[in-house]
Amino acid sequence: MGKIGKQTVILKNKPNIISSYSIVGPKEGKGPMSAYFDKIMPDDMCGQNTYEKAEQKFMEKAVFGAIDKAKMRPQDIDMFLSGDLLNQIISASFTAREFDTTFIGLFGACSTMTESLAIGSCLVDGGYVDNVLCATCSHFASAERQFRYPLELGTQRPPTAQWTVTGAGATILECTGKGPYIEAVTFGKVSDYGITDVNNMGAAMAPSALHTLKAHFIDMKRTPEDYDLIFTGDLGKLGSEILIDLLEKEGYKLGVNYNDCGCLIFDKEQKTFMGGSGCGCSASVLNSYVITKLLNKEVKSVLFLSTGALLSPLSSQQGLSIPGIAHAISIRSD
Amino acid sequence: MADIETKKKYNEYVKSKSPMTKPFPTLIWAFLVGGTICVIGQVFYDIYSAVFPEFTKDILRAYTLCTMIFLGTLFTGLGLYDKIGAFAGAGSIIPITGFANSIASPAIEFKTEGWIFGMCVKMFTIAGPVIVNGIVSSIAVGLIYLIFGI
Amino acid sequence: MLLDYLIVFLVGGGICLIGQILVIRTQMTTARILVLFLLLGVVLEAFGLYQPFAEFAKSGAMIPICGFGSTLARGAIEGAATGNILGVLKGGLSATASGLAAAVFFSYIFAMIFRSRTKKTGK
Repeated sequence: MGKIGKQTVILKNKPNIISSYSIVGPKEGKGPMSAYFDKIMPDDMCGQNTYEKAEQKFMEKAVFGAIDKAKMRPQDIDMFLSGDLLNQIISASFTAREFDTTFIGLFGACSTMTESLAIGSCLVDGGYVDNVLCATCSHFASAERQFRYPLELGTQRPPTAQWTVTGAGATILECTGKGPYIEAVTFGKVSDYGITDVNNMGAAMAPSALHTLKAHFIDMKRTPEDYDLIFTGDLGKLGSEILIDLLEKEGYKLGVNYNDCGCLIFDKEQKTFMGGSGCGCSASVLNSYVITKLLNKEVKSVLFLSTGALLSPLSSQQGLSIPGIAHAISIRSD
Repeated sequence: MADIETKKKYNEYVKSKSPMTKPFPTLIWAFLVGGTICVIGQVFYDIYSAVFPEFTKDILRAYTLCTMIFLGTLFTGLGLYDKIGAFAGAGSIIPITGFANSIASPAIEFKTEGWIFGMCVKMFTIAGPVIVNGIVSSIAVGLIYLIFGI
Repeated sequence: MLLDYLIVFLVGGGICLIGQILVIRTQMTTARILVLFLLLGVVLEAFGLYQPFAEFAKSGAMIPICGFGSTLARGAIEGAATGNILGVLKGGLSATASGLAAAVFFSYIFAMIFRSRTKKTGK
C-alpha cells in the first residue's frame, strides 16, 4: 500500500517493537508512572561530573538496556536513529560512538521519539535494514542551562512553564515477532502560529499536533474513537487543553481515550506546573507505560504523537516565533 | 504557514487561556523576603557603626553592601538562593544579594566549560547588562552635571 | 530603634513588591528587573531625590539594587564637581568599586569551592 493521502504511510510488513527500554531520573521516578519504568536512577548525575555527560549516559543505558532486553548484541543492530535537545545532538552521536553500527542523527526537538520511529519503521518495512534502534533522551539540568538560566539563579518559573524530563527511551524495530507493531505513520508539517513565549511551549506546539492528527484522521479515514488510546508527547496541561479545543473546531472530539505524556509523568505535588517536556518525556512514557499496556493486551490500538518546538536560544532572543512539529505513529497489537 | 489574522487570533486565545502567576502568595513573599534582606543589611550596618564609630556613612554602607554580597554568593554556592528565589521572586532579585546571585550562579554553573571560557566569561551573562547600563547612565548623569555646571 | 527597623522592612519590602508586580504583569527576566531598578536609582539620584530617601529608609533604600544605582550616579556627580571629564568617567565606578570587586571576588572563590546542583522541588 505504502503512501496514502498526503502525509501518511501504511506499513504492510508490520515492523514489530521487539524491545523497549526506559530509564528516568529520581524526580520522574517519584511520579505516577514509576511502576512502569525499566530503571529509575537514584541520582541524575549517573556518576558523571557534568550534566551533558550524565544525559549521554542516560541515553547509553537506555540503548544498551533495549539491546539486552532483546537478547541481542550491539553489533546485531543494523542502524541507530537518534537525536536529543543539546546543541549538535551530542548525546546521540556520542552514544553512537559507543557501538559499531550505522547512525543517522535526527533533530526534531521533543518530537524525536516518533520522528525516529517513523523513519525507522519505514526503513525496516521497506527491507532496507533488518532492524533499527530508535532512541532519544533529555536532561532537566542540561536543558535548563542551554535554554534558560543557570540552576543557581533565584528566578521564579512562570505558571505556564514545563519541566524537562530527565530520562531516555529506546525502541528496537524488526519485521519479525508477534509484539505490538507499527501500522502506519503520519509525518508532520512545521506550523507556526506566532507564539513567542518560550515559557509556553504547549501553546506553540498545539497547532502542529492539530495538523498532524487531522492529516492522520483524514488519510486513514478514521476518527479519534477508532483508537483505544491517543497520546501527545509533551503538550502539557495547557497545550493539551488547547489541542482539544482546536480539534473540536475541526469536528473531531478527543474523549477520555486522550492523554498527554507531560501530564502523566508528574503529579500535581511535584510543582512542575504544566507538566513534563523534553525528548525524554514521550520517550520514557512510550517505552514504559504505553508499550506495557499494548503487550498486556489491555489496549489494542494506540495513536502516539510526539510534538517538538523547533527553537534555539538564539532565535528566541531575536524575538522570532516558535515553530512546532509533530509526527504520529499508530501502534497495534493483535 | 498560518496567516497574520489566524496568528493574532490564536495568540489572543492562548493569552486568555494561559494562567497568570497568582498575585497571592507571591506578592506577600516578595514583600516579606525583600524586607527581611534589607533588615539584615541594617543590622550589619548598625553593628559596624557600633564597632567602628570613626567610620563615615559611605564607608559603613560599603561594608554593609560587601557583607550582603558575601552572603548572597555564599547562599548561591550552598544552593539555597535559588530555593528562596523560587517563591520570593523579585523579593530576592532586587536586593543587592540578587545581584551577587546573578554573578555567582553562572560562575558556578559554567565552570564545567573551563576556567577562562566557562567561569570567567559566563560570570557576567546576567549581571553584565546591569554593570554596563550602570556605568553608561552614571557617566551620562555626570556629563550633564559637568556641562551645565549644576 | 525598632521604628527604624520597621521603616527599613516596609520600604525594602515595598520596593520588592513593586518589582514583583512587574514580574507578574510582564514576565520580566532577572537581568531586566535588575537593570530597570538600577536605572531608577540613577535617575532619582540625578534629580537629587535618592539621598533624602536613603536618609529616611536607610538600608531599605541602600540594599535594593536602586541604592547601587544611586551610588554610581552620585560618584559621577561628585566627579563632575571636580570640573574634570576624568572625574566623571571614574566617579561612578570608584564609588561602587568595593561592591563590584566583592561580587566578582566572592563569586570566583565560591565557584572554586562549590559545584552546580540540580533542582529538586516537590516531593
